[in-house]
Amino acid sequence: MKFTWFHLMPWPHMPDDFRQKHRSVWVDLPSRMYEPELGHIAYHQYLDQLEYAEQVGFDGIGVNEHHANAYGLMPSPNIMAATLTRRTSKAALVVLGNSIALYNPPLRVAEEFAMLDVLSGGRLVAGFPVGTSMDTNYAYGTIPALTREKYAEAHELIRKAWAADEPFAFNGRYTKLRYVNCWPKPIQRPAPPIFIPGGGSVETYDFCLDNTYSYSYLSYSGYLRAKLLMEGYWKRVAERKADESPYRAGFAQVICVADTDAEAERLYWPHVNYFYNRCLHVYPGFADAPGYRTIKTIQTGALSQFTQAAARDYPNMAWKDLLDGRYVVAGSPETVRQQMEELIKTLRVGNIFCLMHVGNMPNDKVRHSTRLFAEKVMPHLRNLWPDWKNHDDRFWMHPMNEPVPLNVAAE
Amino acid sequence: MKSRFLTLKPSGTRIQVVEAGKGRDLLYLHGAGGHMPADPLIAALATKYRVVAPLLPGYGQSTGEDGLRDMLDITLHGLDVLEALKLKKPIVVGHSMGGMIAAEMAAIAHTEVANLCLLAPAGLWLDDHPIADIFSKLPYELPGLLFHDAEAGVRLLASGGDMNDPEFLKQFLVMNARRLGMAGKILFPIPDRGLGQRLQRITARTLILWGTQDVLIPPVYGHAFKKAISKSKLIRIAKAGHAVGQEKPAAVLKAIREFF
Repeated sequence: MKFTWFHLMPWPHMPDDFRQKHRSVWVDLPSRMYEPELGHIAYHQYLDQLEYAEQVGFDGIGVNEHHANAYGLMPSPNIMAATLTRRTSKAALVVLGNSIALYNPPLRVAEEFAMLDVLSGGRLVAGFPVGTSMDTNYAYGTIPALTREKYAEAHELIRKAWAADEPFAFNGRYTKLRYVNCWPKPIQRPAPPIFIPGGGSVETYDFCLDNTYSYSYLSYSGYLRAKLLMEGYWKRVAERKADESPYRAGFAQVICVADTDAEAERLYWPHVNYFYNRCLHVYPGFADAPGYRTIKTIQTGALSQFTQAAARDYPNMAWKDLLDGRYVVAGSPETVRQQMEELIKTLRVGNIFCLMHVGNMPNDKVRHSTRLFAEKVMPHLRNLWPDWKNHDDRFWMHPMNEPVPLNVAAE
Repeated sequence: MKSRFLTLKPSGTRIQVVEAGKGRDLLYLHGAGGHMPADPLIAALATKYRVVAPLLPGYGQSTGEDGLRDMLDITLHGLDVLEALKLKKPIVVGHSMGGMIAAEMAAIAHTEVANLCLLAPAGLWLDDHPIADIFSKLPYELPGLLFHDAEAGVRLLASGGDMNDPEFLKQFLVMNARRLGMAGKILFPIPDRGLGQRLQRITARTLILWGTQDVLIPPVYGHAFKKAISKSKLIRIAKAGHAVGQEKPAAVLKAIREFF
């Protein structure tokens, strides 16, 4: 198993009446709510937490890209990952990822990911999301029905740019470049391992299988509701006669660990409540721009994680409801271990993206939960896929054998 | 009203064409919402004209939307349809997005479009008068945006519904994804694809009609179109919103009859 400690970096100062006063945490939330001096503190605390996760033994530390929102404050995850290259030395840097259709030219992603891979000594795990509709269409203006075609072309350009040793011309519909010449190139050849965040688009299954990419299902509604979707993925894997390595798949899960189940509720409920009722408060009109999803995907009934969130009654869900429904895995180390084992086995996933900073959780609680998970839960989950020797070279980083010792990291 | 199908060569695109009435040929290009159930405007126009109303790919049973990506693709598609329909000196009428397409057709092929009627057309953008974002609207918000009399609008659209009902949500997303997915190619995120610099090429006699209560594309845009098109006349229709033809079909018919 590979455990990545994942940070969304939400804005932790949304007021109690946020839901009543604002229709959406994304797209049209006035930026006057953002206070840069408080943002300075939040960013550094968040980066400290990611570094702490490496110290206590997580395999990876993760960041991602969002725009015009208080849910996740990383318009450029690469800037965050760059700081982490200097202060960490072992963990994979999971950038999940860059919304490749939004970069002009998308060659920028090939370049910046190569920079991160070189800086980190080959520790990059690269993510290529289509991006949420709020980000891609409403905040960044990409025409919904052309988003996927643009994405596919950007992907082709990036892979060709990494593979080529000589300049070449790229005549795409959306990007035309006479001289594609990616300097620097990544350490990991031909490319860093690539994860594709998916929300249930059927086309994405084949895309992952065609390219040997890991499918990462990001949902906040927990593993019980994810089962159907992941079964669809594994069914497709079988149809394609691909091997069933669990590392072909990953799942994101909100996890809170305390000494006892009762203590978990006392410590974490306010922050879980903040996350589900403020961070996920997306106006339904922004969740799924018409044309963003293919007709085929909509007809399968797969809704984006934010459309799902809009359709759920989070304001009336209590701690117990969220736990019973396994939206959140929380409790004593033993409770969390049992549920995580069930999650990992039922979904057949080799990658877990652990969401352990939740909503507006203060630093001490984040570290407490993180340490308990690393010390008392993770060791018991390590060997759940013995047939695969707990590692699949195709879906994890390949660091340099002898990285240059960094003074900063050694301090 | 009856439907027939037109196959365009060489693409093989199949277009659903609604036809009604007898008289002089009138080509009607619908807006982003497509035809309304028993469309009141088509019904009114059909009392005096032979109305020929093709559905854009992505709407109704028309196919071929994947091959249309930008304004030029869609304008040329419109001209291909016009040619294939073999109409005799038609009055080309377009509403909203359809008006934008009709204006583009008239600007690019001004020898082929001699009579033009624009009903609250899209296609321009004035910073001081931003046009509402129809793509993020929920079904219950549309009647108020499209009609002066929103309650009557609800009945015309036969929309509404409960977004918390997953089945309704799914149907809404499928319908919208196809139609507005197509419309987004020329209207998203800002409905301006450079028409402003081409309007001066229009030589057609042009009638511009605008609902005085249009809150989607405010009537000030009517003046901008009138100013840019040389042989044009602007008439405002009282107590009508953006769906001016569906809300005041008799007044629109009268204005067209008097002008052409």
